[in-house]
Amino acid sequence: MTDHQLKLKSIELRKKVLKYIYNAKAGHTGGSLSSTDILNVLFNRVLNVDPENPKDPNRDRYIQSKGHCVEALFATMADRGFFPESDLDTLCKYQSHYIGHPTKKINGVEQNTGGLGHGLPICVGEALAAKMDEKSHRVYTMLGDGELAEGSNWEAALAGAHYKLDNLYAILDYNKQQITGDNKDVMNTAPVRDKFEAFGWAVKEVDGHDVAALTEALNTGPLEAGKPSLIIAHTIKGKGVSFMERNIKWHHGVPSPEQFEQAQMELTKSMDLVN
Amino acid sequence: MELDKIEEKDLQMGNANLIVFSETLQELADTDRDIVAVTSDSRGSGKLVPFGQKFPKQIVEIGIAEQNLVGVAAGLASAGKKAFAVSPGCFLSARALEQIKNDVAYSDNPVTLVGISSGVSYGALGSTHHSIHDFAVLRAINNLIVCAPADNFETEHAVRKAAELDKPVYLRFGKKNMPFLNPEDTSFEFGKGRVVRQGSDLTIIGTGETVYPAWQAAKLLEDRHGIKATVVSMHTIKPLDTELIGQLAANGNPIITVEEHMVNGGLGEACASFLLQNGFHNPFKIIGIPDEYTVTGSQVEIFNHYGISQQGIADQALKMLNI
Repeated sequence: MTDHQLKLKSIELRKKVLKYIYNAKAGHTGGSLSSTDILNVLFNRVLNVDPENPKDPNRDRYIQSKGHCVEALFATMADRGFFPESDLDTLCKYQSHYIGHPTKKINGVEQNTGGLGHGLPICVGEALAAKMDEKSHRVYTMLGDGELAEGSNWEAALAGAHYKLDNLYAILDYNKQQITGDNKDVMNTAPVRDKFEAFGWAVKEVDGHDVAALTEALNTGPLEAGKPSLIIAHTIKGKGVSFMERNIKWHHGVPSPEQFEQAQMELTKSMDLVN
Repeated sequence: MELDKIEEKDLQMGNANLIVFSETLQELADTDRDIVAVTSDSRGSGKLVPFGQKFPKQIVEIGIAEQNLVGVAAGLASAGKKAFAVSPGCFLSARALEQIKNDVAYSDNPVTLVGISSGVSYGALGSTHHSIHDFAVLRAINNLIVCAPADNFETEHAVRKAAELDKPVYLRFGKKNMPFLNPEDTSFEFGKGRVVRQGSDLTIIGTGETVYPAWQAAKLLEDRHGIKATVVSMHTIKPLDTELIGQLAANGNPIITVEEHMVNGGLGEACASFLLQNGFHNPFKIIGIPDEYTVTGSQVEIFNHYGISQQGIADQALKMLNI
């Protein structure tokens, strides 16, 4: 898939994310839109996963720590063929397996997440097991910036470096906002890069909406041999829709019919600008 | 009679259950490279130093970080390892509770959580180091077997079953040497209580390190009063062996439960819930640690203080039998 095709796919995925949220009347809009390009690149260019063989012991593992941005994950996984897109008509409906967080009941989902600060420790365990068994698959997680205040992330960051887990990749969806406001005002976690480097990680910062840059950062192996990698993906919360971008009320805002139409129109129009 | 001193003719004294846990885990690791011990600076108190020396590639040190201990163990288990996450029960079941709930039980990752020095084993160190809440909080979590082996037999079998079973398990161990309670037993199953003494006048149901004082109380009642008590090791708190409890309650005899746990939410309340909801009205008493700032001292002193003792249990039985 070319960069051009991937960029168009990101816009399609954003349109679907909004459709699911609009239909379910619930969802994490801002973070799903900020993380769409990351997930698109992961599932279409990086992860060695097969929807037909989801338990292949040699598959790469992807565990979404910021589980609440499930709409972007589900949109991407449906597109990748893990389940029919029509399944998502049941999103958040009574007894649906497609709930507001990832669950293992869904083909290809590795872990039940939702509580914050859980993905990285589990990934450390997965990466350790891969090292013990001398397997070459990689382990990926996507972290939210708000969840960096959870101490368990830092416990796992210590362990990841201690055990030299260069098969472990964390991607930070760094949109710099959380439910109450800007990270810097709620609980300042900056400078994230310095902190992770001090913990013994190799860190690279990229534009989290640049599919080529994300591909390069995630596809070239560990940033440094013997160290876990952190990709800080600078993103925009609500990316792609003018009135949602950087507006905290869209953290889990549900669009009205008019807002939904406008958002779809804006996204469709933006396809013309893709180079 | 001192709790840890028994006469030779009564019961054969064994090791601390924790030692048996460690030895059993080594035996399993001898033939299974997927056995992994995960520790939180706890390999000494978990008696796992020999395991670590023998299987250095099968032990993962996490440092003093219980949340990460359980999260990492969940990841290891998800990748096919038989992970035993070992940490003092007080920290494991409280500090890492969300990881137990989400990463182990809800995500169905077959970790064996091993709470060491549990109950009031660290009695003199104060409430920070007591785990008398663990049954209550872990009973409230779906998809988790909660088990407190009473003796070395139950310990060895519980460890082997936990390794075999593709399900999350919590095992709770103390530090004291424990006698073999019924040397004739050959089978062990999670969820199946073990009758270690037969009687016809009342039933005493204990779990973990309280089964022994329950057995001692039954002996005292028989020797001094001619009263015969059935004594059960209800090693599995969840799932509870309601079939056995129903059978034992059918004669209407008094029932006493004994646990090294707060009376709120533990073995006693689990039994009471079953009995009340199934039409049993036996005289019933829960012996455990009351809802107060727990007294400090050795385990035996704390047991004696709250009547979790031969005399305390026997006195309660006599009271219920109007003797």
